[in-house]
Amino acid sequence: MTQGENILTVKNLEARFDGEEILKNLSFSVNKGDVLAIVGPNGAGKSVLFRALLGLIPYSGKIEWAKGLRVGYVPQKIAIDRELPLSTEEFLKFKEKDEARIISVLKSVGIGSEHKNNPEHHVRHLKQHVLSQRLGWLSGGQMQRVLIAWALLDNPDVLLFDEPTAGIDVSGEETIYNLLKKLHGGRNMTMLLISHDLNIVYKYANNVLCLNKEMICYGTPSTALDTESLTKLYGGEAGIYKHEH
Amino acid sequence: MDALYLQLLTGSLIGLGAGYVGSFMVLRRMSLVGDALSHVALPGIAIALLFSINPFFGAFAALFLAIVLIWFLEKRTELPSETLVGIMFTLSLALGLLLTPEPELLEALFGDITKIFATDLAITAGAVVILLVVMHRISGKLMLGIISKELAQAMKIPIHKLNFIFLFLVAVIVALGLKVVGTLLMGSLVIIPAAAAKNTSTNLTQYTKLSMIFGVLSTILGLFASRYFGISPGPTIVISAGAIFVATLFLKRK
Repeated sequence: MTQGENILTVKNLEARFDGEEILKNLSFSVNKGDVLAIVGPNGAGKSVLFRALLGLIPYSGKIEWAKGLRVGYVPQKIAIDRELPLSTEEFLKFKEKDEARIISVLKSVGIGSEHKNNPEHHVRHLKQHVLSQRLGWLSGGQMQRVLIAWALLDNPDVLLFDEPTAGIDVSGEETIYNLLKKLHGGRNMTMLLISHDLNIVYKYANNVLCLNKEMICYGTPSTALDTESLTKLYGGEAGIYKHEH
Repeated sequence: MDALYLQLLTGSLIGLGAGYVGSFMVLRRMSLVGDALSHVALPGIAIALLFSINPFFGAFAALFLAIVLIWFLEKRTELPSETLVGIMFTLSLALGLLLTPEPELLEALFGDITKIFATDLAITAGAVVILLVVMHRISGKLMLGIISKELAQAMKIPIHKLNFIFLFLVAVIVALGLKVVGTLLMGSLVIIPAAAAKNTSTNLTQYTKLSMIFGVLSTILGLFASRYFGISPGPTIVISAGAIFVATLFLKRK
């Protein structure tokens, strides 16, 4: 697959959820190496769009992925009971039995990176403080990284990211996006990310899809997110977020 | 075979199976459902007695209907509708109390381990072995479904099908355990060992193993206590499980 090659085409997508029409008349396409941000208010159908793209819900219209493409999915923050008797290692082993590979993926998503100058210590830290701990004991940021690692274990060509920073404090948020940037740059990964934060969209995405059940805008962030579509999307006040470049 | 060995072996096998399925009942927040579920067996036993069928089959049929109901409710609402389950299942207990002939009533409510024979051991052993094998195969996937339905679906795990298999196994172990601990208390043998194991475990392997060990231990302790004090084993088994639970509270990992 070469850069810029089309890997996803969506045409006239419609989806219903509990009998209610959530998505209508949605068309867009994604090329290899794109970062497509999907923005819209709560209940706009962003997560439903992901579910349709993953084939988890019925839909009408066309969703066409390039052949042989591996799609990874990082769900919105999942709430795990602190008391749940499941270690991080067991969780990751549902997908990958090879511990060395698990450790290398955990390193690549920056878990325990404060020890990265001492590789031996880093591995020990990962084993003792991450892998053998209960999954529910991880901090919000660690959990998000473990979920990214979970998706990366499949060696995906495309990552679908549902609100990567929900429930993470601002400093953690910044580094999660740096990680996404690294994955995008280093692995040339294509990404679709749902975000509520327009700043993030300007900073990281090369395309944006605004969604409020139907498509409000689509294109590069600086052209697509004009005052008119922002007003349609969020009501009056959102216009102030517009960056003039 | 000596009656005591027969009882110990049968009881231990039931404790083992109850511990395993119980560990997932607790994780799925179905503790109350598990408890109420065991009451459903009573009208099944009563109807079986009225028609002179083996009470095990009556109990199992009633439990099977109940798990189908729970399965549908879960599928529709994601969460087990505890109120509805509570009402329907205690109603069926009331119905069972009215229908069960007086002489058999105590036995149905509290079990009667002295009526366990070699055939019961054989049936229990066969069913528990199958239960352990199936649980072992589906436990990882069930766990994933508990953590995140979306992650499980994205991995193409057939959650609803697995839930049904799981509930079926619950019905099997509850029906098998009725002779040992009775309808009133079988739910507790499913739930308490697992709750105790949850107090002390950091990972799934440890948790399910401990839950099975506690299940077996409760049954063995309870059977000896019942012999020693000359009382019915159902209550002593459940009290033993309760004692283990209290002990684990002190070992609880923060």
